[in-house]
Amino acid sequence: MMQGKTFLTAAAMVALGAVSALAQSAGPVKIGVLNDMSSLYADIGGKGSVVAAEMAVDDAGPVLGAKALIVSADHQNKPDIGSSIARQWYDQDGVDAITDVPTSSVALAVNEVAREKKRIALFTGPASSDLTGPKCNAYAAAWVYDTYSLAHVTGSAVVRSGGDTWFFITADYAFGHALERDTADVVKAAGGTVLGDVQVPLNTADFSSYLLQAQASKAKIIGLANAGGDTINSIKQGAEFGIAEGGQKFAALLVFITDVNSLGLKAAQGLQLTSPFYWDQNDETRAFSKRFADKVGHPPTFDQAGVYSAVTHYLKAVKAAGTKDPDKVMAEMRALPINDFMTKNGKLREDGRVIRDMYLFEVKKPAESKAPWDYYKLIQTVPGDQAYRPLDKGDCPLVKKG
Amino acid sequence: MAGMPSAGLHPRETGLSPRWALILLALPVAAAIAGPFVLYPIFLMKALCFALFACAFNLLIGYVGLLSFGHAAFMGSAAYITAHVVKVWGFEPLAGVLAGTVVAALLGAVFGWLAIRRQGIYFAMITLALAQMIYFVALQAKFTGGEDGIQAVPRGHLLGIVDLDDPFAMYYFVLAVFLIGYAVIYRTIHSPFGQVLKAIRENEPRAVSLGYRTDRYKLLAFILSATLAGLAGSTKSLVFQLASLTDVEWQMSGEVVLMTLLGGLGTVFGPVVGAFIDVTMENYLAQYGSWVTVIQGVIFVICVLTFRRGVVGEIIHLARRVSPGRSEAPPPAAVAQTAPGE
Repeated sequence: MMQGKTFLTAAAMVALGAVSALAQSAGPVKIGVLNDMSSLYADIGGKGSVVAAEMAVDDAGPVLGAKALIVSADHQNKPDIGSSIARQWYDQDGVDAITDVPTSSVALAVNEVAREKKRIALFTGPASSDLTGPKCNAYAAAWVYDTYSLAHVTGSAVVRSGGDTWFFITADYAFGHALERDTADVVKAAGGTVLGDVQVPLNTADFSSYLLQAQASKAKIIGLANAGGDTINSIKQGAEFGIAEGGQKFAALLVFITDVNSLGLKAAQGLQLTSPFYWDQNDETRAFSKRFADKVGHPPTFDQAGVYSAVTHYLKAVKAAGTKDPDKVMAEMRALPINDFMTKNGKLREDGRVIRDMYLFEVKKPAESKAPWDYYKLIQTVPGDQAYRPLDKGDCPLVKKG
Repeated sequence: MAGMPSAGLHPRETGLSPRWALILLALPVAAAIAGPFVLYPIFLMKALCFALFACAFNLLIGYVGLLSFGHAAFMGSAAYITAHVVKVWGFEPLAGVLAGTVVAALLGAVFGWLAIRRQGIYFAMITLALAQMIYFVALQAKFTGGEDGIQAVPRGHLLGIVDLDDPFAMYYFVLAVFLIGYAVIYRTIHSPFGQVLKAIRENEPRAVSLGYRTDRYKLLAFILSATLAGLAGSTKSLVFQLASLTDVEWQMSGEVVLMTLLGGLGTVFGPVVGAFIDVTMENYLAQYGSWVTVIQGVIFVICVLTFRRGVVGEIIHLARRVSPGRSEAPPPAAVAQTAPGE
């Protein structure tokens, strides 16, 4: 009778083995889209990022003799899940590059795996400027934005228009901390003061106690150093608490177009925000966004557009290098200028930062919006060299001190 | 003992001759040694860590009948401590694991001391409440890094010699840890102490009337279980080079219940099987994104409805039905041999 049990155990072990035949680095280029598919950042990236990556692969045609493959997984915003998927992809499944990776805490974990395995990571989702600062990695690129640029563009615009006392509601993880730190620096440099801050766990449903603290601080500006569902909840609940009637204003430091859509123009109007991309900027962005919207149902967020941009540039570099070897591909990615529908003469710096233009937008009033998703008007274009942290200020060990 | 199949590879329970038992014991060990050559080592290491965690949990629920809903606290705090002492204080990995395990044991002593005064749902709720406090500490304390966790924990060199960055070296280290933990549990269950635990599970008032101080037994079992859960957590933090909130969250306490039920409550090998099934599901279903939890839920419901004894429990039950003679009437010699040690 016990033979039965042993046999089953043995069979199970063998079956497990069969499933996971070791993948090797030969074969077509494989790109992994790793992001949040089910929780608060699912609208920002999610399935839309997978579609964007597939579009980039389709547009690139055969690379090294075969069409590139896309795999995807849900990291559930948890660093341990993200890093174990990344590990498995690099080690076992032959994934050459991982892209998207919203949630800075997960991205920092994936960044460590990429560094250890010497494989490429193209971050479009995470914002923490530490990724190209103290934690920089020769095999990673931060593609579309970071907390430094958000802080500098939005932060200085708000201070210029008179918002000189701030209270921060901060998401309590790498991204929130970095965003608050970078923004507070801008506020102080411009002569403003930070009256206080409160750290809020990720994916909080009830912001009331934090909003009350913000009200009690009497700060003119309540800086939201959070993102996605957290930003939406804070603004919505802020309206219920009469933040605007009390003479305080929100400065949402990271806003995606899907957040504005969820909030509605009535709640979001007048909000100033920084973005590297808006679907209605020019003919090229409109053409891409229409293709994207036909598949997904709405125009791309800048994260999703960034995935297309990053994958496209990566595949170009692989073609130019004629190999998947990460060192050679990274060298090509740095050498080639980045040009696509959303990027004009972008450049990948040695610390992993992509330098590109950033835009300051304002959310339209309901009356100004003529069509669905017609939400932003351009206030200012900030050239990349002003929007991003100077190369020598980031404490990136890869940058040689001159 | 009625109602709860208690199975391991123990001769008296399986009705096998010692030689057969040895062969049966050798097979999984051989599989475990050959494992990393066939399978992805990290996957196996993760499964082994969870298997040890589930075994530790099963020691309480399966053999003392105490449903702890706060075991994540032991696993998680041990993981944080190990990660911290290894990364920040530069401990050697084995010392780091021991530090984490000791902290889990101390925590277990405190939790246990408070919780064993109550039974059933109240016991579960006290453990849950205490575990949530640990979660809050992990979320707010500076050294745990909030949502980020403690990242980039170096694996280091075992005793200064063996480089654990080599996946095979790390795997055999984890395997050794698992086997030690498993042996401790196995020995505990099959000791006089274990017999008293089972007696408490079946009928606590009677155990009291026989003169046993059941509270002491329960507390000791609780501490043992917490210690081994901590051992699993410490090891896991070295495997993934990360200690994060996932390890202390109440979902983790729930997941270990799932693993144990799936594999077979109160069986020695069941939680191991359950942990492997659960980790495999998580790994290979990851591509289905948000559906993972739904699929897991459905599988769980099916298991509970159709084979309540769990995979291993059901197999043992079936085996007993097929050949009742062998299992119910072990050869007298075997009894005589094992009795003094029991």
